[in-house]
Amino acid sequence: MNNPYLPRPQRILSVTQQTAIDWTFRLESDMAPGFGQFLELSLPGLGEAPISISDFGPGWLDLTIRSVGRVTRGVFVLRPGDVVYARGPYGRGFDPKQYCGKNLLMVTGGTGLAPVKSLIRHFLAHRDDLKAFALILGFKSPADVLFAAEIEEWRRGADVILTVDRGDEQWRGQTGLVTQHIDQYAFHDGPTEAIVVGPPPMMKFSTLGLLQRGVSAEAITVSFERKMSCGLGKCGHCKIDETYVCLEGPVFNYAKARLLLD
Amino acid sequence: MSTNKHLSNDAFDRVLCELGREYRLLGPRRFPGKGAHSGADVTGYGEIGSLSDLYLEGKTYFSPKECLFPVRETLFYFRDKDITPAAFDDRPTIIFLRPCDINGIKRLDTIFLHNGSEPDPYYARRRERVKFFLIECREGFDSCFCVSMDANRSDDYACACRFEGDGVRVEIKDGSFAPFFAGGEDAAAFLAFVTANKTSVQVPDLSRVDLGALFQHEIWQEYSSRCIACGRCNTSCVTCSCFTMQDVSYGRNQALGERRRVWAGCHIDGFTDMAGGHSFRAKNGDRMRFKTMHKINDFKRRFGFHMCVGCGRCDDVCPEYISFPTCIERLGRISREMTHE
Ligand SMILES: Cc1cc2nc3c(=O)[nH]c(=O)nc-3n(C[C@H](O)[C@H](O)[C@H](O)COP(=O)(O)OP(=O)(O)OC[C@H]3O[C@@H](n4cnc5c(N)ncnc54)[C@H](O)[C@@H]3O)c2cc1C
Ligand code: SF4
Ligand code: SF4
Ligand code: FES
Repeated sequence: MNNPYLPRPQRILSVTQQTAIDWTFRLESDMAPGFGQFLELSLPGLGEAPISISDFGPGWLDLTIRSVGRVTRGVFVLRPGDVVYARGPYGRGFDPKQYCGKNLLMVTGGTGLAPVKSLIRHFLAHRDDLKAFALILGFKSPADVLFAAEIEEWRRGADVILTVDRGDEQWRGQTGLVTQHIDQYAFHDGPTEAIVVGPPPMMKFSTLGLLQRGVSAEAITVSFERKMSCGLGKCGHCKIDETYVCLEGPVFNYAKARLLLD
Repeated sequence: MSTNKHLSNDAFDRVLCELGREYRLLGPRRFPGKGAHSGADVTGYGEIGSLSDLYLEGKTYFSPKECLFPVRETLFYFRDKDITPAAFDDRPTIIFLRPCDINGIKRLDTIFLHNGSEPDPYYARRRERVKFFLIECREGFDSCFCVSMDANRSDDYACACRFEGDGVRVEIKDGSFAPFFAGGEDAAAFLAFVTANKTSVQVPDLSRVDLGALFQHEIWQEYSSRCIACGRCNTSCVTCSCFTMQDVSYGRNQALGERRRVWAGCHIDGFTDMAGGHSFRAKNGDRMRFKTMHKINDFKRRFGFHMCVGCGRCDDVCPEYISFPTCIERLGRISREMTHE
């Protein structure tokens, strides 16, 4: 019988510092994930943590990790050539077909950009699949901005609103919460789909803002974070009502997600 | 075709002795001095060797789930780059248990074997070696409500036993056990199930209830003021299957150690804590609500039958005298009010 609890070694190919506490680790891996899936990152002796796969390509995948506790701090001392362990990929991610031929507006808060980054790159590479393509990317401060160089490149294929809650002297970009930018957003003709990912309060107010602007619940996709231990539908930590976030999520249609009550 | 036998207690002990050569025998027993107060006994499941080891006068404090899902279980050992799955006691096993608990294990099977895309190998390898010896309940105990939960019967057993005090009646359904009981006297079919309990509940159908409003109801605040989040209702429940992964290193060498899973419970602090300090269901009453909904609503919506089997252990063990059947009844009243029936 297969043992899905056994993690497999994955070599670190490179480490990119995004902010002081968010680093991207590129792993050599044959996992072949889908957009928005996650894996269980494992450091024997420290434990496991569910981490979104922020990007992937043939033979590699990226994890963008915030150092917050035992496992994540443990990864931050590793360097290219070192080995981490992982099992997965897990969960139901984004289905790009759902957005084809429509306008797509993505709204992210902080590290919520990580789970959608691969999908952004996919649509920039297949730009004709979408009509309008807009990104409202919010961060707390200029020092928290992830993927800064890449975001500048994305401006070539998408309308990008990069906003920080609080700017500083050097900041020349937009400020304000993502919800303010949702309120001001000039929607394009034709059906619009939205994707919202971020911390729980940001998701709550962003989805409300989108509904107020006339986007239907069915046209909104969200990605949830819940405490997870197994990723396999066994440990029970991620359950909401009869739904297991690790199995049926983390990506949900908002018409379903809004009925999930913790 | 089943056969029925009657054996003296001595003859039954000899059968246990014979069975013990081939099987690990687990059943309800006392663990002296391990109870809440020093010197008090606790009752649970463990190895038994003879009839006198079996605790039959009451219901055990802990359920038989630990026979299949231990409190703490090593998943694998790691040593530098080697990862080695943990070995386990692979002897075939007989568990003596009551009908509600057999039905409880069916709930554990549902999560461990059937939820998600593949079976849990640690549970499966134990489960596939287990045969059930049903302990007939002549009458339930005070807090039992198995009949209401449709968990008073089971036909999932190899043998069924009626312990009569001065002898034992055995129904042998699994023919492979017939030789062990060949020395017994032929007897008439006897097995019966409890058909009424002192406690009964009517599980409400919540499909037409506004769950948002139900979740805001004041009864949960009241449970917040009573429940102390000790988690005993979770640990004693035969159907609570949640766990948390835990790494343990030996000494100072982080690369040498083991990964385990340990029981977790939705009433206990930290069950939903996430990085950044966000957690769900901070109030104990919200946890009571979450557990209640899981046991008598959510699980059924997913799998087609209720999770709770009405064993009543959560009532027996709660230090705050929180009664689960009472909670179910209150929920019924509230749902009737909400749907104006
Ligand atoms: C589907 C999913 C995708 C995620 N994607 C990312 C990502 O791309 N990048 C990233 O940096 N983080 C991500 N997280 C959060 C990440 O899993 C936690 O930060 C990580 O588990 C913390 O582990 P730790 O051992 O470093 O911290 P710990 O020492 O375990 O704890 C630090 C804090 O995190 C809490 N915590 C423990 N386990 C979890 C858990 N499984 N989920 C959330 N909080 C937990 C603890 O209760 C404590 O408050 C994701 C979580 C989920 C569920
Ligand atoms: S919820 Fe209570 S009565 Fe129901 S199976 Fe669990 S311990 Fe028994
Ligand atoms: S046993 Fe009682 S007090 Fe303890 S967590 Fe359960 S309901 Fe709360
Ligand atoms: S993370 Fe264990 S059940 Fe979902």
